[in-house]
Amino acid sequence: MSALLEVEGLVKHYHVRGGGGLFGAPVVLKAVDGVSFAIPAGRTLGLVGESGCGKSTTARLVLGTLARDDGQVMFDGEPVGSVRDARWRSQRRAMQMVYQDPLSALDRRLTVGKQVMEPALVHGLGAAAERHEKALSIMDAVGLSSRFFDRYPHELSGGQRQRVVLARALILSPKLLVCDEPISALDVSIQAQVINLLVDLQEKFSLTYLFISHDLKVVRQVAHEVAVMYLGRVVERGDPEALFHAPAHPYTQALVGAIPTPRTRGRARAALQGDPPSPINTPPGCSFHPRCPRAEARCRSEAPLLRPLDDGRFAACHFPVLSTPAREAA
Amino acid sequence: MTVPLIELKDLTVDFPVGGNWVRALHGVSLTIRRGEALGLVGESGSGKSVTWLAATKLLPAKARIDGEVLLDGKPIQGLTRDQMAGVRGKRVALIFQDPTSSLNPVHRVGTQIAESVRLHRGFDAAAARAEAKRLLDRVHIPSAARRLDDYPHELSGGTNQRVMIAMALAGEPDLLVADEPTTALDVTIQAQILDLLAEMRRETGMALVLISHDLGIVADITDRVAVMYAGRIVEEAPVDALFDDPRHPYTQGLLAALPDVAGPRRRLTAIPGQVPNPAALPPGCAFAPRCPAAISGCVTAIPSLDAVAADRRTACFRAGHATPWEIAA
Ligand SMILES: Nc1ncnc2c1ncn2[C@@H]1O[C@H](COP(=O)(O)OP(=O)(O)OP(=O)(O)O)[C@@H](O)[C@H]1O
Ligand SMILES: Nc1ncnc2c1ncn2[C@@H]1O[C@H](COP(=O)(O)OP(=O)(O)O)[C@@H](O)[C@H]1O
Ligand code: SF4
Ligand code: SF4
Ligand SMILES: [Mg+2]
Ligand SMILES: [Mg+2]
Repeated sequence: MSALLEVEGLVKHYHVRGGGGLFGAPVVLKAVDGVSFAIPAGRTLGLVGESGCGKSTTARLVLGTLARDDGQVMFDGEPVGSVRDARWRSQRRAMQMVYQDPLSALDRRLTVGKQVMEPALVHGLGAAAERHEKALSIMDAVGLSSRFFDRYPHELSGGQRQRVVLARALILSPKLLVCDEPISALDVSIQAQVINLLVDLQEKFSLTYLFISHDLKVVRQVAHEVAVMYLGRVVERGDPEALFHAPAHPYTQALVGAIPTPRTRGRARAALQGDPPSPINTPPGCSFHPRCPRAEARCRSEAPLLRPLDDGRFAACHFPVLSTPAREAA
Repeated sequence: MTVPLIELKDLTVDFPVGGNWVRALHGVSLTIRRGEALGLVGESGSGKSVTWLAATKLLPAKARIDGEVLLDGKPIQGLTRDQMAGVRGKRVALIFQDPTSSLNPVHRVGTQIAESVRLHRGFDAAAARAEAKRLLDRVHIPSAARRLDDYPHELSGGTNQRVMIAMALAGEPDLLVADEPTTALDVTIQAQILDLLAEMRRETGMALVLISHDLGIVADITDRVAVMYAGRIVEEAPVDALFDDPRHPYTQGLLAALPDVAGPRRRLTAIPGQVPNPAALPPGCAFAPRCPAAISGCVTAIPSLDAVAADRRTACFRAGHATPWEIAA
């Protein structure tokens, strides 16, 4: 089966001023540095990692809203570019983005109904009456009753606003939704509602998701495959259960081990030392080596490639953790 | 019985909103003993921050506060602004969610910590600077001596939160109130800060109030947990009892809605509806419109926070009644 979305060797480097502000020497910031993955139709890839590791940049490269420096993106068998031609526009329709903060994604002066219909209007889809019908049916699908049609965003709760954002994306009948931290701004009780909604919508509309989050617990609820990013690269990729129960990459192990849950209360954590490093002047060899408890001499000179392990997942590490489940090891 | 460190008695807070008073806190009573760690959880707007801002007189003057706050058994109501400023920092220190915006952007972090040391401990400038360096070492900031001359924007969020903790420790407080101290941080950095808070508490014997919307974080380093909903405490229990045997339907709902990385993957049990607006609370129990255990009596009277065991309190007419959520959790 061929994938709906195929991403090969994506690169985005920024040329910025180093240390001394405006007058610092020019340096290269490697926001995304060779990312590859594929998502089959109807499936979800979860993309996780610390702040600044390149998740959102990857999303924008995938959508073609940001020009890449290298690599290739294939969507539904066609290359995605950043030149805004007819193909770009039709691909924009089929690939929709859902952001973290629903309020800033909405226009406060427009009613919910108008906002939901707006993308269809912009893309010239259907007559006014059809758009109205479609909007009501999509609102129903995301769990917004028709009485919200004439309300304004500020009259809605955070969860309801995120439903409006989803309705806006869905009215174009997209194939792919790129969700960048879609529930991070929501309350705990509402997060669960939206997670369940995303799962149901995927089923109902055969959607494919690229789901970005720093919350591994949430990613586990929605993802069929997970990719862990560190400093612009994927360091581990595979089945969520395998990855979370027995992480192979020491970084994945640290991420999983850091999650506080009521179940693990009172247990000692093997906390990862140090801050997430800067994507400027990344360490030589394995870029994780300054924080890695397993690092050896080889890690400081030779960058590990993303290689398949016996159980079908991939890890970029010279000395992957092979057996000990993360939780028991803690 | 020894006198508790701090006691909040029937604290209420009203804010003026569009010509009306809107009640944000409906009578919060809490006791913190010396050296203990209390977790305060609840969704946004439930009144967690307002509770401690009211208790430490940090709310805007337009807010109307009622009730009593006792420090070492003595009411603090009569204290002047200056006396209260002395209590804050020296007796009760506070740290907030966003460390970078809590620090003064135009002053070096060393200067800010030294200022705090001079204020609370009366050190001279040289001694205060030496103490500032010692405090940065204590919160495990690498190369502390060099960091003293950095500005907040030159440091990461995690390091700034360590600086905030160092400043809070400057007055050697008896109680540290940490309001969502890790919400803006990555999970790896969050783990470091939680470990640091636990370590500081072990070393200094100070009490800790950890405010969070994340049950996992609270479970991690507290002894006792109070759950807030719509301006009231609805359940309070020792940490193990709360997670193993939640009695209030809202606590049960929060636990059932919480995803996990281990255990069988299950569909989350969402709490229907949303947190009510404080200006339009539903009648009776504020949780009734979302509660699967609600009975007709729940909308006619407000359940009081009553002892259901020696060390736990619940505000529910049907406390301990098995909800569908309890079974799911
Ligand atoms: N326009 C830009 N110019 C320079 N650097 C940039 C630009 N956009 C992003 N970066 C840098 O690229 C890196 C990756 O950023 P990105 O937004 O993709 O991170 P992220 O993984 O989405 O983080 P977060 O979890 O905080 O959202 C960061 O170091 C960021 O500062
Ligand atoms: N300065 C203020 N003016 C008016 N209302 C306020 C003010 N501060 C807080 N509130 C209201 O008080 C309630 C409780 O807020 P808060 O304690 O900040 O919640 P939490 O910390 O639990 O998220 C909310 O409804 C909030 O909008
Ligand atoms: S390659 Fe070496 S430094 Fe990198 S993650 Fe593996 S063991 Fe650690
Ligand atoms: S008092 Fe009634 S509505 Fe409120 S939590 Fe208890 S059962 Fe539910
Ligand atoms: Mg991002
Ligand atoms: Mg708050």
